Amino acid sequence: MTPMLRPRAPTDDHPLTKLVLSLVAVGFIALFLLMPLVTVFWEALAQGMDSAIAALREPDALSAIQLSFTVAAIAVPCNALFGLAAAWCVTKFDFIGKNLLVTLIDIPFSVSPVVSGLVYMLIFGLQGWLGQDLRDHGIKIVFALPGIVLATIFVTFPFVARELIPLMSEQGRDEEEAAVSLGASGWSTLRRVTLPNIKWALLYGVLLCNARAMGEFGAVSVVSGHIRGLTDTMPLHVEVLYNDYQYAAAFAVAALLALLALVTLGIKSLLEWQFAGEIAATHSH
Amino acid sequence: MPGFGFSLGVTLFYLSALVLIPLAALIIRPWEMGFDGFWAAVTTPRVLAALKLSFGAAAIAAAINSVFGLIVAWVLVRYRFPGRKFIDAFVDLPFALPTAVAGIALSALYAPNGWIGAPLAKLGIKVAFTPTGVLVALIFIGLPFVVRTLEPVLADLSRDAEEAAATLGATRLQSFRRVILPSLLPTLLTGTAMAFARGVGEYGSVIFIAGNLPGVSEIAPLMIIIKLQEYDYAGAAAIGVVMLGASFVFLFALNALQAWSASRR
Repeated sequence: MTPMLRPRAPTDDHPLTKLVLSLVAVGFIALFLLMPLVTVFWEALAQGMDSAIAALREPDALSAIQLSFTVAAIAVPCNALFGLAAAWCVTKFDFIGKNLLVTLIDIPFSVSPVVSGLVYMLIFGLQGWLGQDLRDHGIKIVFALPGIVLATIFVTFPFVARELIPLMSEQGRDEEEAAVSLGASGWSTLRRVTLPNIKWALLYGVLLCNARAMGEFGAVSVVSGHIRGLTDTMPLHVEVLYNDYQYAAAFAVAALLALLALVTLGIKSLLEWQFAGEIAATHSH
Repeated sequence: MPGFGFSLGVTLFYLSALVLIPLAALIIRPWEMGFDGFWAAVTTPRVLAALKLSFGAAAIAAAINSVFGLIVAWVLVRYRFPGRKFIDAFVDLPFALPTAVAGIALSALYAPNGWIGAPLAKLGIKVAFTPTGVLVALIFIGLPFVVRTLEPVLADLSRDAEEAAATLGATRLQSFRRVILPSLLPTLLTGTAMAFARGVGEYGSVIFIAGNLPGVSEIAPLMIIIKLQEYDYAGAAAIGVVMLGASFVFLFALNALQAWSASRR
């Protein structure tokens, strides 16, 4: 029997409903998601590939790229190690206040990026708690690398932990308990038993954490001070160029960030398709 | 099992130093002006207009996303067509694309000479540099929250009740309204609330398309930045506290919602 002649199941939508809803869904995605993405590459190449590459080779652009990588290279491992420690103590032990701890770890996701930068200004800014002391000792936190790293750590704080906690609580404690009872130390249990079980989820969390760390704008914008060639990350450099009416150059840097986002999406989908069971139940769709 | 003290210690130290103490600094700071000063700082016409725009536009964008997000999730879960997996993966674009990139792209797209802005301008509709532009950016940023929250629940939804409804003579629309929608409602509300919460605090994707006219298209996070640039730290913190308070109320409501939906399953 051809599919056309098969009677429709009672829970199947009418073909016309299917067509209309599919068109609405695809149209909405094309209008709101695809067109902005196409615009980025279109505008970046508006004056040709050569000028787009030239915009990326300009000293301020290079220093912005370097700064973004440096920030991510510090912030991501910090949050990955924290995520591992948090997931270990939350999933391998029972203690009072555990649920509160899990809730607190998620807080940065519900805070506006601008507020995430603001909190560090209130501590390290010139009129912040420690501002005067820091200035007296010649230590720069905000409007310098440390402040940018702190703000980035804040906005990417829960990424790794929230991937690991559901997975590790699903996996339980049996394997670790067996290893320890056979005489393995805590560290070798972590390395030989736990890490192999969670490596894909860890990679997944690190991937998302890294994408956000490289692309963060609001929080970093507050603490950066916008010193060209010194404290401008890639997204901030995009803003500077855009406000300078250097649209093609702004979109060239933006296109680099968009490529990074597409690579992230690609790897993320690959991980979801290949290792759905080994990431977390919530991602298998 | 070893490692409890060490892992808990690292977790608590890191969490306190990087999140809790900085947030405490935010919560304490505005009160150096006293309650009257705090109230005055967050109720100037300009700040009030910004708060109204951030909350209002986020609410409208979340409502629009709840409708279209439901349709997108429905199509991606229930229908089979070529390219479905790619479209499904693509829905996450707003999570992965840096907000500043989205911001300048939307701004170029909806500017009076842009691909979408030009035809709309002929119809007399201005999007970029108006509150409508803020709305467009927040629809972009909020869509994946609704879709991603709905998808797993929609996939797990048993078809038994739908079949029963059909057997009893219900039309598809009736079974959607009476059977499917009620069981999706808690999840739909959760996703919509998440999109709303994100929209209220959103900065990067909005700032370029908004035009930032004082009292008209300035958003609350921008007011914080303006106050900081004026060295009015307490005023900036006051707006931050209002936004933080709102997002905590929302976090609480979300948890209650999730508990409610879990109890219904």
